[in-house]
Amino acid sequence: MTVAVMTYLEAIRQGMWEEMERDERVFLLGEDIGAYGGAFKVTAGFYDHFGAERVIDTPIAEAAIVGAAMGAALNGMRPIAEMQFIDFISCAFEQLTNMVASTHWRWGARVPMVVRGPCGGGVHGGPFHSQNMEAYFFHTPGLKIVEPATAYDAKGLIKAAVRDDDPVLYFEHKYLYRRIKEDVPEKDYIVPIGKGALRREGKDVSVITYGSMVHVALEAAAELEKDGVGVEVIDLRTLLPMDEEMVLTTAAKTGKIVVLHEDRKRGGIGGEIAATIGEKAFEYLDGPVVRVASLDTPVPYSPALEEVFMPNTAKLKTAIKELVAY
Amino acid sequence: MSTDVIMPQMGESIAEGTITKWLKKPGDAVKRDEPLFEISTDKVDAEIPSPAAGVLSEILVKEGQTVEINTVVGRIGAAGEKAAAAPSAAGTAAPTARAGTKSEPAAQQAQGKAAAPPAQQAQTRQASAPAEAQPQPSASAGSGAARPHHDAGDGDGDGDVARGGASREELRRTRSSPLVRKIASEHGVNISALQGTGISGRVTKNDIISFIEQGGAATHAPGAQPEAAQASREAAPAAAREPEAPAWFAPGQDTRIEPMSTIRKKIAEHMVMSRRTSAHVTTFFEVDMSGIARIRAKNKEDFQAREGISLTWLPFIAKAAIDAIRRFPIINSSVDGDKIVYKKHVNLGIAVALDWGLIVPVIKDADEKNILGLARAIADLGERARTKRLKPDDVAGGTFTITNPGGFGGLIGTPIISQPQVAIMGVGAIQKRAVVIDDAIAIRTMAMLCLSFDHRTVDGADADRYMAAVKKTLEQAAFTDLGV
Repeated sequence: MTVAVMTYLEAIRQGMWEEMERDERVFLLGEDIGAYGGAFKVTAGFYDHFGAERVIDTPIAEAAIVGAAMGAALNGMRPIAEMQFIDFISCAFEQLTNMVASTHWRWGARVPMVVRGPCGGGVHGGPFHSQNMEAYFFHTPGLKIVEPATAYDAKGLIKAAVRDDDPVLYFEHKYLYRRIKEDVPEKDYIVPIGKGALRREGKDVSVITYGSMVHVALEAAAELEKDGVGVEVIDLRTLLPMDEEMVLTTAAKTGKIVVLHEDRKRGGIGGEIAATIGEKAFEYLDGPVVRVASLDTPVPYSPALEEVFMPNTAKLKTAIKELVAY
Repeated sequence: MSTDVIMPQMGESIAEGTITKWLKKPGDAVKRDEPLFEISTDKVDAEIPSPAAGVLSEILVKEGQTVEINTVVGRIGAAGEKAAAAPSAAGTAAPTARAGTKSEPAAQQAQGKAAAPPAQQAQTRQASAPAEAQPQPSASAGSGAARPHHDAGDGDGDGDVARGGASREELRRTRSSPLVRKIASEHGVNISALQGTGISGRVTKNDIISFIEQGGAATHAPGAQPEAAQASREAAPAAAREPEAPAWFAPGQDTRIEPMSTIRKKIAEHMVMSRRTSAHVTTFFEVDMSGIARIRAKNKEDFQAREGISLTWLPFIAKAAIDAIRRFPIINSSVDGDKIVYKKHVNLGIAVALDWGLIVPVIKDADEKNILGLARAIADLGERARTKRLKPDDVAGGTFTITNPGGFGGLIGTPIISQPQVAIMGVGAIQKRAVVIDDAIAIRTMAMLCLSFDHRTVDGADADRYMAAVKKTLEQAAFTDLGV
């Protein structure tokens, strides 16, 4: 087996490439993904290799992109629709929540399609190019949501998403695109949807997180180890359906839980995680379930304000220390 | 036409009261405002006046029963009305019915309530009635003692609706966390008896597991979960050595067993809680009271004639103690978690011995009073304590306490701090003794004074400097202004 050092972005790219080679029903559609290769160059080279029929440039119309993908999926294709920035998935909200998500219930027809796009802040993109949109869709039965934190998972999850018979939202964190470099097997593998990963074991407190915040959690954990604090880090990888067993297992183990996400705190999925723990692991808790998340404001454009807005290692460490001392 | 007699609310934080004595029998005529029954609450014992004139027609709550405030305890009928038939046990218990005990027959319920208040009920009480209780957060140091011992075994979940008045800090100590309560329940451990290392002194998971590992658990529970299971396996041999406490006494010819009164239970809880909370150290000073003796001798009769109260030693000692606090504010402080709370004013508690217990009424803003004001306040509070006319506010908010074992001839004692204060002064017997002054033997009026202090925040040097200042003030006896 060959292993190559690749970035998170290259891993997504390789995953899609392999799936398109493997299955001719798989095709791409999105804005500027063809000859231009996509805003972040995730699809660079695809147009030349797979041709205009399988790499389709669309108008700037997210509702149409998702609607067309749904139609293709219903007709036996396996579309991967790109949102140039995941923020604009809101334009396709009706298509996704009312149409795509409910079709299996309404018609008994499955909709095997992927909607992917770059999410997240920390790159000074301002309010339209930095958001995390998972909470809007987390509420919708019928969708699956994944968000990889590593290059290995980025490849394994895009391949699993393509092969899944249900609609999958694939949120890729743009901050990680070229910052994460790791060994990724150059072979066919998938990361199963619905399974979290235990990134680090610890005895004192658990941080349950996903996406780019996994790296914040690991950094905080490494620093706190010097103070004798054992921090367990859970990377959810799939947000919907969530790996509840892993969440409850770590809750029962440490009894002290921090839920960390980059999305805003109010109405974020951290609330659902905290409530699940409260309902199902109450007797194991040795402290309040704490959420660390972004402020309840739009994402600021100013770099200084964005720094204040987002969770970071220092904020997380403070929360962990307080919880450990509780 | 009858008037309901209700259990009155004797203070904001008081949720219930115990009827200790009915002063009238059914059928007795009663005037409006005439004492009708006596109650005992967390904070004070009191006589309750009749709300109306007429005849006590019904007694609905018997002596010894504890009921929530506003429960109808009896009825006053118009003069000439006949008394209702004596209430049956079930009828008597009815007003005390409480959620959670519905399945018990009412009579049993009433009995159980009188003998052993359920956890829920105890929880609503502020911790430390007789000595002093404050619902403010700083009062919380160790007030977990309010939780009765049988409670840990009751498991968790009960009492959620009846935590009125308990501060967040108190709840952290008494309720800890779901996990700790679960482990405590499985091992029969009383959480509030442990010293916690968490926030506000909370017992953490590690605290209770290490306690159990050291053999602290009463019983071994087979159904324990993850960590608890491990802990219980490890703790099993140790736990096996500690059977449940045997009943030490059984009723018989040589013993008489009676339940503690409310005030006695509160004193017991507070004393043990205080011992557990503070690192008690006591320092002793011998003080020459001859100067004060002279002032008293000179002014006693005038003072009595003019003010109607006697000029005792205590106002002088109180004044000296308060004046010295200005120089050593740590003596008038409290410990709140890892913070020290300094108080601007001195609210001076004076321990008053009663035939039925002990109570510590408080002179508010005692630092603003002169000798006359202190003497008057001491006389007033003592009188009202002995006649059960103290209000809850009278026993709340103390910042420093003086107790006077010398009144009974005790040379000196080692008093227990009234939480959440950090010091208490004891005054021993004041009597003439032969003392050596400049190589001559002289007869002086001497007293032993002591200070028990909380070594968590008050060091020996602070305490001794403080006491030296008190001693100096008393020996100089420069109390020229008695305020009369």
